[in-house]
Amino acid sequence: MSPSAEPVTAETGEAAPAAAPAPPVLSANGIHRRFGSLVVLEGIDITLAPGEALGIVGPNGAGKTTLLDILSGAQSPSEGSVTFQGQDVTRWKVDRRCRSGIGRSHQVPRPFTGMTAYENVLVASVQGGSHRRRAAQQHALGVLERCGMLGQANRPAAALTLLERKRLEMARALATDPQVLLLDEIAGGLTDAETDELIATIEQLRADGIAIVWIEHVIHALLRVIDRLVCLAQGRVLAEGEPDAVMSDPRVVEAYLGSAA
Amino acid sequence: MTTASPVTTASPMTLATATIHRWTPVSRTASGALAALLLALAFAPFVFTPEATAKLTTLFVLVIVAAMWNALAGYAGLVSVGQQGFIGLGAYGVFLFVDRGVSPFLAVVLAALLAGAVAVPTSLLAFRLTGGQFAIGMWAIAEFFRLIVVNTPSLGGGSGRSLTDLSATDPAVRQAQVYWLALALMSALLLAVFVLLRSRLGASLEAIRDDPVGAASVGVRVTSAKRLVFVLAAVGGAAAGGITLASTLRVQPDSIFGVHWSAYMIFMVVIGGLGTFEGPIIGAIVFFLVQDWFGDNGGTWYLIGLGALAIGMTLWMPHGLWGTVARRRDLELLPVGYRVKTPVV
Repeated sequence: MSPSAEPVTAETGEAAPAAAPAPPVLSANGIHRRFGSLVVLEGIDITLAPGEALGIVGPNGAGKTTLLDILSGAQSPSEGSVTFQGQDVTRWKVDRRCRSGIGRSHQVPRPFTGMTAYENVLVASVQGGSHRRRAAQQHALGVLERCGMLGQANRPAAALTLLERKRLEMARALATDPQVLLLDEIAGGLTDAETDELIATIEQLRADGIAIVWIEHVIHALLRVIDRLVCLAQGRVLAEGEPDAVMSDPRVVEAYLGSAA
Repeated sequence: MTTASPVTTASPMTLATATIHRWTPVSRTASGALAALLLALAFAPFVFTPEATAKLTTLFVLVIVAAMWNALAGYAGLVSVGQQGFIGLGAYGVFLFVDRGVSPFLAVVLAALLAGAVAVPTSLLAFRLTGGQFAIGMWAIAEFFRLIVVNTPSLGGGSGRSLTDLSATDPAVRQAQVYWLALALMSALLLAVFVLLRSRLGASLEAIRDDPVGAASVGVRVTSAKRLVFVLAAVGGAAAGGITLASTLRVQPDSIFGVHWSAYMIFMVVIGGLGTFEGPIIGAIVFFLVQDWFGDNGGTWYLIGLGALAIGMTLWMPHGLWGTVARRRDLELLPVGYRVKTPVV
C-alpha cells in the first residue's frame, strides 16, 4: 500500500485522471519476455493511473495477451518488474494478485462448466473478493445483475451461449472487487446492441473508480471508452498517447495495413 | 451496493427479490434418509450374522476409498494411482501404536491421523509433478512406503505381521466391533467431505476441478486447496487400511500396498460418477455387488466382466451412473450447490 496522501483533485468534483500526477496504480517496468530465442516483448514500459482506462491495440502477434498475462501474474517476465499500488508484485502468482485487486477476463472465456453461473461468480466473490458468507452471496448476485446475467443464475455454465459466457467472464472478474480490471478482447463477435450494453457496463465501472486495461481489436468500441491508447507491434510500444492521435499515427497505420499509406 | 443497472434483460428475476437456497425438499429428504440409514446400520450386528457384517465392513472400506479417490480426482483434479501407499501406512501404522500399549481401535484412528501428517511433506514432493507424472509419481511413492515396511523387521518384513492383540477376543464380538469402527469412520469421512464441499472452499474445489487456471485467476489458492484434499484423502485411505487390518488380523506388504486398490478406486468412481458426492457411494455398492456375485466363480470371467463394464461405462455413460441421472434431472441428493430463487408471482 502506498502510504502517501493521494493527490486527488477533490475541489473540481469531476476526476481528471489523465491530468493529475497521481502515482500509477499499476505499472510495467522494462518488461522483456522471451521464449527461447523468440522475443515476444522487448522493453515495455506502461503505467496506469487510478481510475484511468488504457486501451492496447496492435496486430496479431504483437504481444498484447502476453503483456496482459504478465500484468495479471499468469506469466512471469524474463526481465523487468510489475508494480501495483507501489508494491513490487513481479513474483506474486495470479491468485494473490487477484486477491489484492487485479482482476482479469480471458480472451476465450473459461467458465467452470460443472457449476451454475451463480456458483461461478460466487467462487470469485468468496476467494478473490474475500467476502464472507452472506455478503459474498449478495455480492455475487449484485454482480450477476450488473452484467445482465441474473436471469441465467441457475443455468449450468456449460449451457451458456458465447455472449453469456463473455458476460459471465466479466462478472467473475468484477466479483473479485478489482481496482484494476484487465480485459482481453471482450467485444469480438458482439452485435452493435450488445456492444452498446458492454460499453455501458464498462462506463459504470469507470464511474466506480476501477482502472481498466483493455486489449481490443474492435477499435470503435475501444475508442468510446478509453482515455489513452498504446499500440504494440513486434513486442515494442509503437505509439502511445491520446487515442485519436495514436490511431492516425502513420507508424500505427502502417503496422495495421502493411506498408501502404 | 449499487443497484443501478445499465444492462437489463427481460428476466423476471430481480436483485431485490432474489434469495439463495441450498436445501431443497428432495435433498432434505435424501439427507435425512441417509442419516437414518447410517443410524439403522449401527444395529446390524444385532440382526445379521457375523458373515453379513463382515461383508458390510468390506463395503464400508470400499465406500471410504472411493469417496477419498473421488475427492482427490473429482474435486482437486489430482489423479493418483498411489493411494494404496496411504492404505498401507494406515495398516502398518496401527502396529506403531499397538506396540506402545494403545488399544487397537484407537490405534486405527491414530494411524490414520499419522498418515495425514505424512501426507503433508509427501505433497511438497508430489505436487512438483502434474497430470500423468503425478499419477505415476504417487505410485512410486507408494512403492517407497512399501519398501520401508519390507525392510523393517519389527513390522514383519516382506512376510507381513499379525495383529495378535485382537486374536483373543471372541470372533463374533470382534467382528461387531470392527463393523462399528468401519461404520463410524465411513460416516465421519463422508461427513468431512460433505462439510468441505459445503464450506467456503467447496465451490472453489469444484472450480479447480473444472479449470485450475481459471480458478487461480479468480483468486483461488489452488495449491493449498489441493493439499487439504490430499491430506484428507490420505487420512481416509489410511483409515481403510487400518480397518482392513482389524478385520483380517493380518497384513502383508504386497497386498496392502498393491496397486489393485487404485484400480478398484478408479473403477468405482468412474462407474458411479466422478466429481459428484453421491457417485462414489453408488460405484462402491455396484462394485461390491459384482464382486459378491461373481467374485468366487472363475476369476477370469469376473475380471473380463469388470473390464467390459468399465469400458462400456466410459463409452456410453461418461458421467457415470449418478452423474448421468443428476444431469438429466438436475438432481442433488446432498446439497453442496446453490440455487437462486425469486418468489413466483
